[in-house]
Amino acid sequence: MSLGMVLALTGAVLSTALAGIGSAWGVGLAGQAAAGVVAEDPDQFAKVLILQLLPGTQGIYGHLVTFITLSQIGILGGTAVSDTHTGLMYLLACLPIALVGLVSAYHQGRTSVASIGIVAKKPEQFGKAMLFPAMVETYAILALLVSILTITNIH
Amino acid sequence: MAIVEMRKLSICASKKNRKHILEALQSMGCMEMSTFEVEDEALSTMDTKAQQAQYEKNAQIFDQALDVLDGYSTEKKGMALFSAKEPVDKGALKEVVKNQQHYVRSAQKVLRQDKEIQECLGNIRKEEARIESLGPWMNLDVPMNAKGTKKTALLIGTISGILSEADVFAAAAEGLSDPPALNVQIISAENDVTCVAVLCLKTDAETVEASLRGIGFARPSQVLRKTPAEAVEASKEHIAGQEKKIEELKKQLSDAVSQRTKFKIAADYFRTRAEKYQILGNIPQSESAFFLEGWVPAPLSDAVQKKLSEEYGALVEEEAVSEEEVPPTLLKNNRFSESAEGVLESYGLPTKGHVDPTFIMSIFYVFFFGMMFSDLGYGLLMAIVCGITLLKFKDRLSSGLHKMVKLFFWCGISTAFWGVMYGGLFGDAPTVIAKTFFGYTGEEAVLKPLWFEPMAHPMKLLVWCMFFGVIHLYFGLAIKGWEYLKKKDIVGWISDVLSWYLFLTGLILMLLPSKLFASIAGDAFDFSGLAKWGNVAVAITLIGLVIILVMQERSTKNWILRILLGAYDVYGVTGWLSDVLSYSRLLALGMATGVIANVINMMASMFGGGVVGAILFIIIFVLGHSLNFGINALGAYVHTNRLQFVEFFGKFYEGGGKPFNAFKNEDKYIELKEEKAS
Repeated sequence: MSLGMVLALTGAVLSTALAGIGSAWGVGLAGQAAAGVVAEDPDQFAKVLILQLLPGTQGIYGHLVTFITLSQIGILGGTAVSDTHTGLMYLLACLPIALVGLVSAYHQGRTSVASIGIVAKKPEQFGKAMLFPAMVETYAILALLVSILTITNIH
Repeated sequence: MAIVEMRKLSICASKKNRKHILEALQSMGCMEMSTFEVEDEALSTMDTKAQQAQYEKNAQIFDQALDVLDGYSTEKKGMALFSAKEPVDKGALKEVVKNQQHYVRSAQKVLRQDKEIQECLGNIRKEEARIESLGPWMNLDVPMNAKGTKKTALLIGTISGILSEADVFAAAAEGLSDPPALNVQIISAENDVTCVAVLCLKTDAETVEASLRGIGFARPSQVLRKTPAEAVEASKEHIAGQEKKIEELKKQLSDAVSQRTKFKIAADYFRTRAEKYQILGNIPQSESAFFLEGWVPAPLSDAVQKKLSEEYGALVEEEAVSEEEVPPTLLKNNRFSESAEGVLESYGLPTKGHVDPTFIMSIFYVFFFGMMFSDLGYGLLMAIVCGITLLKFKDRLSSGLHKMVKLFFWCGISTAFWGVMYGGLFGDAPTVIAKTFFGYTGEEAVLKPLWFEPMAHPMKLLVWCMFFGVIHLYFGLAIKGWEYLKKKDIVGWISDVLSWYLFLTGLILMLLPSKLFASIAGDAFDFSGLAKWGNVAVAITLIGLVIILVMQERSTKNWILRILLGAYDVYGVTGWLSDVLSYSRLLALGMATGVIANVINMMASMFGGGVVGAILFIIIFVLGHSLNFGINALGAYVHTNRLQFVEFFGKFYEGGGKPFNAFKNEDKYIELKEEKAS
């Protein structure tokens, strides 16, 4: 196996691993807060569950990029990477979602915790509470787009 | 697509009709009472706090009783988001009102029984603790408080530390004549505590106890008249008794579950009455008349006036609404758009004089949701589930919930539509199934997209997404313009709305034929033909730019400051850029649905054809797609809201309206089946 292939695989693995770590972290934080709210007011379960899930998307995005990469570099389809340059390109293309996914999921989790606080005190303000974590997610979406567009255009 | 006009009514009527009029208004449920204070010696308000508190307390008793009974109900409790009110007919309500005292007593009984259960559980815990504390003493076969016989004294107690019989004997024998008249028995020695029973002559008792204390001897804290074994037996019996009692009480509570509907009716009835008495306490009244003021939707105003004046001889007047007064907001939309009213409500309602954007928003909402979820299978599933819910539970859904389910029904249709456009039916399931089980070997997808596949041409779709975004934002700006025109503020319209249209459109026209755009969009779009209009585009941009520079800060008198501030406003174009880029989430989330669905299909098909393969395929397929459905439906919902709230509303919307809160029956659990007042 060429060095290029190793680099490309590293990128693929990192995007699921780092974004996944971020999401696990964020969802975990929000889950603790959500459990606290449900302990006091079980009726808010559905609402806080939605808020808890919001930081979970980064992990999915990372997984998506991994899959697209694997299907291009000859593991699930496509052709194997033969030169170091192309491999490095794949690695770099994976980095946006890997890094932004990690950091944004953590911070989205913290924002979700705060929003869960809103729901605990004013359940009717759920619409607004949902918006704050969604703002953080924007950057993960932008990173996902850049990663996908870059990977699909490496030949 | 409008805000319902509100009329302000003031009512003056004879005091003897006070309760009837309030009840009539409450059951019509179409008037919001405003509190007002009149400074007049002849007018006073009635003190109704005591009655109000009594009714509130009763409502609370029923609420608590219902909480208790929920625990015994076999009926499954739905999630809070989808809990529906119970339909109740008038006869049932009348019956409950007639026997209200009986129901209050049964609710109190339920609470009492629940309390008794808690007490029993407390007793059981206490007895269990006792049994545990007696554990080390089980080998003692005399009562714990035994003093000894005529001549001997018995010392029972604990010594910290694990000691042997000889140790204790040696310690106790200190100071006694040799051989000491002692008998030492170790009852138990565990957990660093030794329980001992020491028998000695009565005359030696004090000496022995003193020397035992020297090694940490202490009498047990609880002194029983029974032997430990008997005491444990008694405790066990007590526990059994308590358990039996709990069993009985639980059975009684389970029997009371059938009363839940009555309790619900009663809870709402008392809540309604408490509300009535609250209003009653606020209205000014003279010796023989009382006064009321409130907002009524204009279309219902005549009916209310007629009813009150004809049936109760009240004097009802429509008052002019002054400029500063802010009437409460009630929305009215067509049957499709009203489903999105809840979305608007969760952001904030519009105020008087502003436009209700529900109609335009509802179209974009459904459109964008479909683009992000974009799968024929998921869309149909969602539409069918929502459709069945709507048909089956038509009467059971509260109006807010009804609207929400309807909104998701339309979103499901839109999702299915975009699934056809992108060629997704549970991802690429048709192709995968054909290849795995039916030996299909072609390169082409079985279900061809009507438009194109996002993964194959992501840049093309990105440009389209931004195009949809620009349309969405332009509509937002148009609503802002419409508000200016409604106020006949032509200057404002030109400088705040038209200027931006010109500026932005010019910029877009300049960008489209440029090399930059061509390199981004690839060969999907070709606008090079627009190049010859380049000068026109520049001219439009400049006109817009100049208007913004000069006019946007028209309230500033200082010209230099005005131009500088105007220049800062021009900088706002970056805001537009980021808003448009934000629509790229339409592409990202749309792709996410499709690609994850494909991953699931691939994993499912890994076990190949045949019966085993088919079974595993179905299991993985169902589990995987349920997960993908959940995650992506959530994503599409959250981000559609975001596009509306942040990008679209950011262009024109203020919100801050107070929802129309009619004085009506306060129904938390039930919905009375009757015709609406109209």
